[in-house]
Amino acid sequence: MSKFTKKKGNELPPVSTASLPDIVFMLLFFFMVATVMRETNLLVEQNLPKADQVEKLKKDRSVFIFAGKPSDQYKDKYGDEGRIQIGDKYTEVSNIGIALTEARGKLNPELQSSVVVALKVDDDTNTGLVTDIKEKLRELNMVKIIYITTPGNQLEN
Amino acid sequence: MARRSAPEVNAGSMADIAFLLLIFFLVTTTMEKDKGIARQLPPIQENDIIPPKIKEKNLFIVLVNKNNQLLVNDAPMELRNLRQEAIEFLDNGGASSNSPEYCSYCKGNRKPNSSDNPNKAVISVQNDRLTTYNTYIAVQNELVAAYNFLRNRESQRLYGWDYTEAKKDMGLGRYKGKAKDQINKKLKEIQEMYPLKLSEAQAKKK
Repeated sequence: MSKFTKKKGNELPPVSTASLPDIVFMLLFFFMVATVMRETNLLVEQNLPKADQVEKLKKDRSVFIFAGKPSDQYKDKYGDEGRIQIGDKYTEVSNIGIALTEARGKLNPELQSSVVVALKVDDDTNTGLVTDIKEKLRELNMVKIIYITTPGNQLEN
Repeated sequence: MARRSAPEVNAGSMADIAFLLLIFFLVTTTMEKDKGIARQLPPIQENDIIPPKIKEKNLFIVLVNKNNQLLVNDAPMELRNLRQEAIEFLDNGGASSNSPEYCSYCKGNRKPNSSDNPNKAVISVQNDRLTTYNTYIAVQNELVAAYNFLRNRESQRLYGWDYTEAKKDMGLGRYKGKAKDQINKKLKEIQEMYPLKLSEAQAKKK
């Protein structure tokens, strides 16, 4: 008689969610491997201009200078003019030397003499500000620079 | 009584933990993909060094005003024509065949009023202080594209590979030892055939 017991019911078996954590862990591992912890908070807007004749940046020997208008949350306090940011705070053109030497000190000592200054400038900034930065860099003898851009070509707009 | 099997641990919260970690990583990390145009600034010169005289035909002057318009050798020009004009200027090879400056690899029109050979050709870019950075980069991009086009043409003709591809592979560390030195030597040769003489004059304050 036990072979002919009534079937349990006509409901569908519930979908097993045992594999859900596996999927999430896969996504997690992907992000852990492919990304880098962000080092600095961006205090300025950054819409990079487009260029296609580009080279890769060597991260271990570069110091970053960000320039542009202050981002929206800082606009009421710092205004609308183009600003320079090195490290985690705004700097003036005259202070670039001190701030860059400090940033260079954080690099590997062997690479410090071949430092490259990476200029990440918003595409709406005035060239005058960038020229001032470059003049200061010439005085500090940090002559290797790289203008960071995003892929694309401006002629195709 | 038969021993009851230990109750299964409820695995529903494992998914929650995983989601929390995922959201943490999504928020605190960025995908690094910085690429850009590399440039070497000229070191500060002492005031008593007189800059060498350049013949007017060897100079290609690009002026950009605050309305982002280009003026090349006193004629207005659109950005999209800049690359071709720069290529024609650099590749001109106007020096005659019996002078020591003769350029045997130039394929240009050899006009006598344009550059003598690529080693003497200087491109000078002058921006207004209020020019947009966007336009500045676009101009730099087009000029570097002109140099890269000529360098690629020569490296294809001489060695069968592209100058830009080889440079990129060198940067990625794909060559080692003797092969690396050889390719470096060839890259330097190509660079000297079309040296990047891009000068940026001081922007005039109005």
